[in-house]
Amino acid sequence: MSDSTVISEGALAEGHHEHPPYQRHHFESVAQQFDATNFAMWLFLLTEIMFFGGLFMAYLLMRNWYYQAFVEGSHHLSIFWGTSNTAVLITSSFTMAMGVWCAQTRRKAGLVLCLVLTFILGIMFLCIKGIEWHGEWVDHHVPGLRFTDSDFINPALDADVYHEYHDRAMAPDAANKTEMYFFLYFAMTGMHALHMVIGISILVFMIFQATRGAYTEGHFTFVENFGLYWHFVDIIWIFLFPLLYLVSRHA
Amino acid sequence: MSEPDAYEYEHHIVSPKIYVAIFVSLLCLTALTTAASYVEMYVFNVVVALAIAVIKASLVVLFFMHVKYSPKLTKLTILSGLFIFMGLISMTLSDYVSRAWGRW
Amino acid sequence: MSATIVSLPDQSTARIPKMNFLSKENGLLSWLLTGDHKRIATLYLISITFFFFIGGALAGLIRLELLTPQSDLMAADTYNKVFTMHGLIMIFFFLVPSVPATIGNFVIPMMVGAKDLALPKINLLSWYLYIAAGGLMLYTMMIGGVDTGWTFTTPLSTHYLNTNVVPAGLAVFIAGFSSIFTGLNFIVTIHKMRCPGMTWFRLPLFIWSNYAASILMVLGTPVLAITLVLVVLERTVHIGVFDPKLGGDPLLFQHLFWFYSHPAVYIMILPGMGVISEVISTFSRKRVFGYTAVAFSSVAIAVFAFFVWAHHMFIMGISNYAALVFSLLTMLVAVPSAIKIFNWSFTLYKGSITFETPMLYSIGFLGLFTIGGMTGVFLGATGTDIHLTETYFVVAHFHFVMVGGMLMAFLSGIHFWWPKWTGRMYPEKLSQFAAVTTYIGFNLTFFPQFILGTLGMPRRYAAYPPEFQVLNVFSTAGATVLGVGYLLPVLYLTWSLKYGQIAGNNPWQATGLEWQTQSPPLTENFAEIPIMDHEAYDYEWLERQQAKEVASVG
Repeated sequence: MSDSTVISEGALAEGHHEHPPYQRHHFESVAQQFDATNFAMWLFLLTEIMFFGGLFMAYLLMRNWYYQAFVEGSHHLSIFWGTSNTAVLITSSFTMAMGVWCAQTRRKAGLVLCLVLTFILGIMFLCIKGIEWHGEWVDHHVPGLRFTDSDFINPALDADVYHEYHDRAMAPDAANKTEMYFFLYFAMTGMHALHMVIGISILVFMIFQATRGAYTEGHFTFVENFGLYWHFVDIIWIFLFPLLYLVSRHA
Repeated sequence: MSEPDAYEYEHHIVSPKIYVAIFVSLLCLTALTTAASYVEMYVFNVVVALAIAVIKASLVVLFFMHVKYSPKLTKLTILSGLFIFMGLISMTLSDYVSRAWGRW
Repeated sequence: MSATIVSLPDQSTARIPKMNFLSKENGLLSWLLTGDHKRIATLYLISITFFFFIGGALAGLIRLELLTPQSDLMAADTYNKVFTMHGLIMIFFFLVPSVPATIGNFVIPMMVGAKDLALPKINLLSWYLYIAAGGLMLYTMMIGGVDTGWTFTTPLSTHYLNTNVVPAGLAVFIAGFSSIFTGLNFIVTIHKMRCPGMTWFRLPLFIWSNYAASILMVLGTPVLAITLVLVVLERTVHIGVFDPKLGGDPLLFQHLFWFYSHPAVYIMILPGMGVISEVISTFSRKRVFGYTAVAFSSVAIAVFAFFVWAHHMFIMGISNYAALVFSLLTMLVAVPSAIKIFNWSFTLYKGSITFETPMLYSIGFLGLFTIGGMTGVFLGATGTDIHLTETYFVVAHFHFVMVGGMLMAFLSGIHFWWPKWTGRMYPEKLSQFAAVTTYIGFNLTFFPQFILGTLGMPRRYAAYPPEFQVLNVFSTAGATVLGVGYLLPVLYLTWSLKYGQIAGNNPWQATGLEWQTQSPPLTENFAEIPIMDHEAYDYEWLERQQAKEVASVG
């Protein structure tokens, strides 16, 4: 393939009987170790698909049942912050992918730079998410804790949103279904943010290790597998964004 | 995978050019999906939104996650996950959809 | 029963090998920080035995209460808590990890010819998660327990109860991750760690069935995890995906819960079926009949498992049409299960059968699992299900599969691999007696419950009409016998640790790779990585091998 180069096993594990120090004793070769841990990471991501799968199932059902509430609920999310956050996360995925490339090609400074950038972008994503959540708190759109559906029964209450979308007034028993929308919004973005927090904590550890040159001596499995995790979290957001923010934006 | 000896350790290094290209297309698709949601397309709004999301996710999986260059086993793993997820969705919905049909 | 294939070394000269995985390092820390799959298996064995006896004691309380028609031993509320805790502990802390995490952990790397599981640290983490979850569950029990039934049914669990649903749900959540990590480890090991020459169709059938169960663990458990998270959120911050008052749907909970919990019964039974394949082949000296069919039937069960869950919901108001489809798919699961039963029977046919203890348990499994499985077909048919569901018929059905099937298989496996595990034999006559006692006690306990169920005695009640008492007395008497049957192995197996006869490498003359190494094995399992050059269950290869050894020693 022209768009990629190939390292053979020999280039990494020099000599036949001398094992590199990072090879665990129960593996026969570095190749086996790499293959096994990479496959394990994919299986873990498989469990993550099913974990979010339950939430997506609930979303699908509720959206079909209470479509109007989902449309008007989504109008109260900020399209600006939502789109910017998507861009931030995609950029962090890009820097992560570059980080893996740096590790593979043994560029220590580049790896550290990429990891730090990924870390900053991850924090940025969480900050923006925090701004949005705070907005929902102010608007009384946090289900269970601080919620009112009055600005769905009487859309004119929220002048900005009303000006933009001219939402119809909903009957009270339809308007209270917006709580379901916001519940799923918080459950899904919250679960996603939790995965981000876990990822960022691991990133801190990795930056520390990378500055000591741990991943640029040929043993980049950890960076590569963490990259898979980070991209997976990105993919979840790629679906959350249209499902939560873009239900129907036209007036 | 019949011979466990043959580890598929042909480690492909994807060139940064590819990464940049994918990155730019992801950003463009994000802009596109946001723009598309402002256009009235009735039921097709959600179809378009999900189609773009699937394309974006596929780009990430194939290139950022190197699945294009990965062994068959990895591809199979992902497909089996999607298959079971679709099973969850379709079988559950089979109940909700047909409930409205009433009794025989 | 004079015929036997047991061949022990000369007891006057035999010694337990000085270097083995048990003697390699000493001290508590060497166990708590171990990466060795055999030591982790041992830790698991001790822990699940502990939880089994707690769950068993609760079962004893249930049977004692049901001795009389009135609720006199305990109040109805307490009874609800007791059967809930019995269910939770037995399912999540005994049945799910029983064969995979103990026997599977111990033998899978050896069977595929590897030094360890692919991810030893994850394996240890899995045990710690199990212990954390178990501790949380015991804590739940001590602060008053939970009385939702093991199914956490909403809205009962979210709105109507004041018991400790949150810690119990959390405990199950953590236990779920423990089993995900075990399953993940097995899949990776089976794919990537096989020794040279070990092709897929040379793998012992134990590997195939554990592989199928691991797939279920990896794909099913996360759905349970997210469902429990939603239940906990509904209880704590009152947000209601499952709350009809807020527009949610309690049936959605049922769908998501049973999406895991139906496959979970195959997670429990499939590894047990693997044990049966090994034991039946070894003690009839024949290759398992239709090896390929048995192997693929495990995979077929795993695939079908995900598409039958709604048969737990026939009376809950799901659509008639969906019920029809799910009923049909449920019947389909009977096909691969029957393939297994028939193939094991054909393995026995014209085999040189001997009746050592593991074989007795396995034959018990064949009979009891067949009854349990066939009554499952009754329950899968929508018409009979509406009459029989929520009665003791269901209780008897799943105890026949889980206790009569899985527990028999577990005990069979423990007796089968005990000599490999410890290097010592247990007293043969006493263990045969225990196996027969278990079988009799089991039938006496649970067969009357089928009759009670068809007569209409509902499950989950502390009191019942007096006309059901005779059969309940039978059942309680049987439970007593069963209790003895379960206590005996603990006693004589512990005794055998010090006083048992030296077993030698291969007391059963079995063909698996794990029998070709010393007992107890080395920490690295094999002195050198084996090369597999024959099919599984090739007893002629074993004979040639032994003839060669005799010749070279001579």
